[in-house]
Amino acid sequence: MAQITLDQIAHSFDPNPASDADYALKNIDYRWEDGGAYALLGPSGCGKTTLLNIISGLLTSSNGRVLYDNNDMTLLTPEQRNIAQVFQFPVIYDTMTVAENLAFPLVNRGVDRSEIDKRVAEMLQTLELADKANRRAQGLTADEKQKISLGRGLVRYDVSAILFDEPLTVIDPHMKWQLRTKLKSLHEQLGHTMIYVTHDQTEALTFADKVVVMLEGNVLQVGTPEELFDNPAHTFVGYFIGSPGMNIFPGTVSGKSLRLGSVDVQLSKGYSNLIGKTEIGIRPEFITLTSASMAGSQGMKFNLESIEDVGRQKIVRGNIEGMVVNVIVTEDSEIPSEPYAILDPERVCVFQDSFLVSGDS
Amino acid sequence: MSKPFNNKAWLFVLPVFVLVAISAIIPLMTVVNYSVQDTFGNNVFYWAGTEWFIEVLHSSRFHDALGRNLLFSAIILAIEIPLGICIALTLPKKGFWVPVCLILMALPLLIPWNVVGTIWQVFGRADIGLLGNTLMKLGVDYNYATNVFDAWATIIVMDVWHWTSLVVLLCYAGLVSIPEAYYQAARIDGASKWKVFRYIQLPKIKRVLLIAVLLRFMDSFMIYTEPFVLTGGGPGNSTTFLSIDLVKTAIGQFDLGPAAAMSLIYFLIVLLLSWVFYTIMENYGAEKQDPRVEQD
Repeated sequence: MAQITLDQIAHSFDPNPASDADYALKNIDYRWEDGGAYALLGPSGCGKTTLLNIISGLLTSSNGRVLYDNNDMTLLTPEQRNIAQVFQFPVIYDTMTVAENLAFPLVNRGVDRSEIDKRVAEMLQTLELADKANRRAQGLTADEKQKISLGRGLVRYDVSAILFDEPLTVIDPHMKWQLRTKLKSLHEQLGHTMIYVTHDQTEALTFADKVVVMLEGNVLQVGTPEELFDNPAHTFVGYFIGSPGMNIFPGTVSGKSLRLGSVDVQLSKGYSNLIGKTEIGIRPEFITLTSASMAGSQGMKFNLESIEDVGRQKIVRGNIEGMVVNVIVTEDSEIPSEPYAILDPERVCVFQDSFLVSGDS
Repeated sequence: MSKPFNNKAWLFVLPVFVLVAISAIIPLMTVVNYSVQDTFGNNVFYWAGTEWFIEVLHSSRFHDALGRNLLFSAIILAIEIPLGICIALTLPKKGFWVPVCLILMALPLLIPWNVVGTIWQVFGRADIGLLGNTLMKLGVDYNYATNVFDAWATIIVMDVWHWTSLVVLLCYAGLVSIPEAYYQAARIDGASKWKVFRYIQLPKIKRVLLIAVLLRFMDSFMIYTEPFVLTGGGPGNSTTFLSIDLVKTAIGQFDLGPAAAMSLIYFLIVLLLSWVFYTIMENYGAEKQDPRVEQD
């Protein structure tokens, strides 16, 4: 177990990187606290896996240092770092039985036979594979194989951290939920530092205490799921987290007054000295639709396009003066025939050149 | 309940059937025909029954040649398979050197058999051959035409030079198809190089290796051209393999009956041994399999 520090990590797959664009990772500074459950969230190709491989030592970064508890690990192998990593697609040793597969990392490290047997038996129980212990791993289903891959990482009690690289991609949906819950409870039980790479926000938000959002080789924001939801540091975070994501549209802000199209909206905070491109973000949850008579001066005419029923909520899609806006309302709410949208002024986020600006209260 | 049959499907199979009949079944039947009869030419045949088979099976000449074949194939497999795997493991997996290595490896495979024999025949000659001359100058008394050991050594080295590439290329194809994640997982699991080979690479190339073993066994067991060109079966009969003996019997002595019987026995031995190899390799490592589980 260890605290992991990334010190100015940058990586390029090109041996002679010329410009910023050649870098898959651009100057990442971050400290993963010991025992934390982290999710590394971002779209495909944003450098999540590269970062994970640099942490585990499968890859040596072009610049910067990796520290485990203040020990420089930058040039050490995964074995020397004593780290566990689970990959996107199941890796099993075909010729071994399920039990032998789980024992493999322990056998390689010269753990006592009795200790190995004990841990493997426990892990078989945890993963609900006990009845298949002596079966050859080759004939198992994809999710059983992936459970074995997970098990080979979890069976090692003394690892510095366990890294997961989209481990549930090949798993059936109902098993996904079950395994994620299992990982969560194992984290609570064992207290390992866990870093979980995913491009699925549900997975990230349910698994992690802290979510690290990445885009194009940069870390955009690190925070709890609530922080990411309430105060996205970047328009991308706002858009990427939440379903549907945050509504983002151009607007002009001066002081406490926001001009959206042809309507002036009063904000709860004042903003001064805004330079560059100003954008407004508001989550679909914080827009209400009312009739013209109830809307008052703050209401904006909402041109309704479609209504989707998603269980307890309805997603109302439409536009305000041509700007695409989604609104989430409860399933039993009535939508007026000529709806007007009202934004919750407390919940409006103002972005300057895509980054969040905190207003003066 | 009657099942509907669509006999038109037979028409699709017919062309292949005709081709196979002309290329394999009819010639084979001719051999069977010769093997149970005796002839003195002029297209006059006498019924011989199983006489030729009994004669061939009891002849020490056949036993000796068969022994030589088995020994030769055993040596060839024992050298070429491990050597081929080792070379395949050391070949680069990506970059500029990949095509260079593969082309160099494939070159011997492109040379016709009789040319290979001729190359080595000249190469090994003490007067003009690079190998023979060098060995002579080093004080080694090497002569593949008079010394049994030298003749065998030359043929084996020649075959290894000619055919190891095939094993290399097949194994290489198997190795490059292993996903990178397996190697990464093995590093994470702390597996040694040997364990990576034993538990990842070997199981993953098992199937191509089976093909390599079968091809090399059948080819080496049926070797003819190279020793025929190099030693002509000598010195004495020391490199007279079944195929060379067969040709001597059939064309040299014009004993068509015994030669036909011999080729059938030869054919059955190749078939039988190939089946044995196949069965052993297919089932190797499967003993731990629960019999109730279907293999995927």
